[in-house]
Amino acid sequence: MGKNMDKNMDRNMDRKKQYLEGVRDGVPIGLGYFAVSFSLGIIAKNVGLTPIQAAVMSLLNNASAGEYMGLTVMAAKGTLWGMALAMLITNARYLLMSCAMSQRMDPDMPFYHRLLMAFDITDELFGITIARPGYLSPWYMYGGMTPAIPGWMIGTALGALAGSVLPLRVVSALSVALYGMFIAIFIPPARKDKVIAVLVALAFASSWALSALPVTAALSEGTRTIILTVALSTGAAALFPKKEEADQ
Amino acid sequence: MRIYAYILVMAGVSYLIRALPVTVFRKPIKSRFIQSFLYYVPYVTLAVMTFPAILHATQSPLSGGAALILGVLAAWLGADLFKTAVGCCAVVFILEFFVG
Repeated sequence: MGKNMDKNMDRNMDRKKQYLEGVRDGVPIGLGYFAVSFSLGIIAKNVGLTPIQAAVMSLLNNASAGEYMGLTVMAAKGTLWGMALAMLITNARYLLMSCAMSQRMDPDMPFYHRLLMAFDITDELFGITIARPGYLSPWYMYGGMTPAIPGWMIGTALGALAGSVLPLRVVSALSVALYGMFIAIFIPPARKDKVIAVLVALAFASSWALSALPVTAALSEGTRTIILTVALSTGAAALFPKKEEADQ
Repeated sequence: MRIYAYILVMAGVSYLIRALPVTVFRKPIKSRFIQSFLYYVPYVTLAVMTFPAILHATQSPLSGGAALILGVLAAWLGADLFKTAVGCCAVVFILEFFVG
């Protein structure tokens, strides 16, 4: 009996420790999210969302590129099927991250942890969670989510709210934060992997070309993004398949 | 209401993508082609969404272009996500003082 109690106490202590470490690592992530989602909020406002709608979108999605894509679909008054397809493409990388996480989960872990952890698989939270040794700790990930989710949600709401109050030059400056975040995600791997570097250059060139050519310029930004992503990624996967298991 | 329908579809699809592998599939993706495809997708999507959109996000395409160049340089030299994003904002803020 006494032994069992000790064991339970150990487990609770470990949970608490894991959770607090997650919070510690999640704070800089939450701050970064706040800044970036502010610029997402400005875009949301321009598309016609209220601050509440923008906050709900961010609370339920937790995806920078995905939400940005979603807003372009809304702006183009796309269909709901078009929206679903757009999400499938822009968020496809989470499928890969989720697969990687499934390999590192304790088979004895209660099932609901899988459902909860899946809710906030983002580039950053995936990164810090998978980087820890051993079985993934749901409590560590919840700790990371604690500052990350409000940071992302409140930032979006304030962006949608303050977009109309702030001077135009400030709004203009903040609007590029989201693109800065995108750049910070694709440049470091492009530096290490020549295939990605070439892909990025091709993506820039073809994206510009499609937006300038009369026929394709009539397509919405979201549609163009889907077409180019599928075409370029298929080509790269066929010509330059990854040798080992992708590490993320 | 239309907006909430969009948001629900977004949230539903995003959650399914994240939840299916950890709950249902649980097995590693074997196909080398699919693995490679999923590996390249995020970088291509983000690059396509960044350019030329960043040029139209600011009041002048000039400052958007400058933010792009600085962002690429900063990230190349090892700046993290937050620093890169703030650096891009700062360039636009300073430049539009002159050209805006």
